[in-house]
Amino acid sequence: MFVFIVRRILQTIPVLLGVSLVVFLIMQMVPGDPATLLAGEGATKETIEMIRHQLGLDRPILYQYFDYVIHAVQGDFGESLRSSRPVLDEILVRLPITLELALASIFITVVLGMVAGIISATKQYSAADISIMIVALLGISLPSFWLGLMLIYFFSVNLQWFPVSGWGTINHMILPAITLGAGGAAIVARMTRSSMLEVVRQDYIRTAKAKGLKEHVIIYKHGLKNALIPVITVVGLQFGALLGGTVLTESVFAINGLGRLIVDAIRTRDLPMVQGGVLIASVIFVFMNLAVDVLYRYFNKRIDLN
Amino acid sequence: MKQFEEKILEVKNLQTYFFTDEGTSKAVNGISFTLNKGETLGIVGESGSGKSITSLSLLRLIQSPPGKITGGSILFKGEDLLTKTEKQMRSIRGNEISMIFQEPMTSLNPVYSAGEQIAEAIRLHQKLGKKEAWNKAVDMLRLVGIPSPEKRAKQEPHELSGGMRQRVMIAMALACHPEVLIADEPTTALDVTIQAQILELIKTLQKDFGTAVILITHDLGVVYETCDRVAVMYAGKIVEYTLAKEIFTNPKHPYTIGLLNSLPRLDMDQEELTTIPGTVPSPYNMPKGCSFAPRCAHAKKICEQAVPDLQTTGPSTQVSCWMFTPQWEKEYDAQEKVGV
Repeated sequence: MFVFIVRRILQTIPVLLGVSLVVFLIMQMVPGDPATLLAGEGATKETIEMIRHQLGLDRPILYQYFDYVIHAVQGDFGESLRSSRPVLDEILVRLPITLELALASIFITVVLGMVAGIISATKQYSAADISIMIVALLGISLPSFWLGLMLIYFFSVNLQWFPVSGWGTINHMILPAITLGAGGAAIVARMTRSSMLEVVRQDYIRTAKAKGLKEHVIIYKHGLKNALIPVITVVGLQFGALLGGTVLTESVFAINGLGRLIVDAIRTRDLPMVQGGVLIASVIFVFMNLAVDVLYRYFNKRIDLN
Repeated sequence: MKQFEEKILEVKNLQTYFFTDEGTSKAVNGISFTLNKGETLGIVGESGSGKSITSLSLLRLIQSPPGKITGGSILFKGEDLLTKTEKQMRSIRGNEISMIFQEPMTSLNPVYSAGEQIAEAIRLHQKLGKKEAWNKAVDMLRLVGIPSPEKRAKQEPHELSGGMRQRVMIAMALACHPEVLIADEPTTALDVTIQAQILELIKTLQKDFGTAVILITHDLGVVYETCDRVAVMYAGKIVEYTLAKEIFTNPKHPYTIGLLNSLPRLDMDQEELTTIPGTVPSPYNMPKGCSFAPRCAHAKKICEQAVPDLQTTGPSTQVSCWMFTPQWEKEYDAQEKVGV
């Protein structure tokens, strides 16, 4: 297990190098020049050139990239072109907010999804099952920004139960977390249901019944642990989608998180900020995947990690 | 011949039907048998004859819907299991009546260790603590002949061989010293040398614990080796019910004779194995009369018209066939006359 974790951490190095290179190249290719944007309207050509020189943007691209990587491994992601503050400092202010949002959504995805899936599976073809599956279908189909706007409209504007935007209290968290977690919860519910239905037909469930165990012990002890194995994979994959989803959700609810920081940075061609933000998000993603693999192994010891 | 006097299980006219979109399947259609303390009863038949459904019905483990026990009674120590509550049934399952299944590869839960799965039954029925139950589980593994049981108890099913898993199943089934053990084709999935070991193990433990065993099998060799009495099932009914040795020396029902004839024999030079012509009738479309009639070389008109009752033809033999009824001779005559 230890060897596996160390190996996986080492494997993240080429992944992160790749991510940084791709982001770097994309930012080179998109139209728009940071120096021109910074200089503002009506700036002379000389001023723009000067700014470009100051920022090092006149150096060869490869040189710029390697320079960036060498600094980044030392924890120096450069300075924001816009605020002139260190990129890492800005990210560290925003990151906890996004992580809170992500964790709250994962909580909704996992708890709501699994509970709904189990109810559906144990009461197959009942009214509860059918309603859950319809809601799940909606959950998968609705785009999160639309769902977010609808939630704001009904619960914040009309009913005034929750704040319209911002961050800080549990109340602020609920609507964004639902917006972000709903799609995942729907997928997890459907996955849990089908996995559970498959598991309850297995021979070992019959053995458990023949042993004289109670129905709920059979379902929760003998069934669920087996049924969760494919669900964990789905949750792991969902986390990636979820990090992407924070960008939209944070914009809809005006939350100053990492997603919004990256979006703003892209808009202003703040290259070091985009690079840093995406890299940090990648690190989180890679480590979440690692956690999923470790969990997977915990639930299914038949898997040989090495 | 051993003598068994005390009845432990008495099944009367048991009916288990499956209600599906295709129609009603009478998987078990009015069977009766008794099991005495300490004896071994074999239930033989082809796939689909209703043997496994019979065994699952005894513990009321039929998936419902679509299955349902629609009639009859199952008297266990004089009390009808069909009138018991689900809670009462749970205290009987795995405790007084246990079961082992055909597929040792899939009958154990893949995510729990062998020891945990045995200890679970012990804790449930004997109200022992975690540690005591675990120790007892290890003892049971030792008893069923698993080497280094302390180590094996901690292993999960995928780390054990097929034979060992079936031993674990047996250990689990016998952990609470049940009075009845239902073994549903316990050796079918195992290779021949392991089969013999497992059967020997069941026999030995049966003697030690005084357990009565219902052995479900399609293997007549297994019946000869292990059973005291045997019930031959065909299409949901018992067609012959007799002493195990009797069935080899003096089989009565044409189906039983067909089964015996289809066994490969070492003392005869055979090019091909003998088979019973035709196939088992569809459970949704059973013949009106004797269900074996379409395949039977002796069948007469009456066989196609009405189902024969079980006829007592000897001190411990019952056969369900018109050939053993007084009507048979008359029927024969009638046919002759028609023929002339």
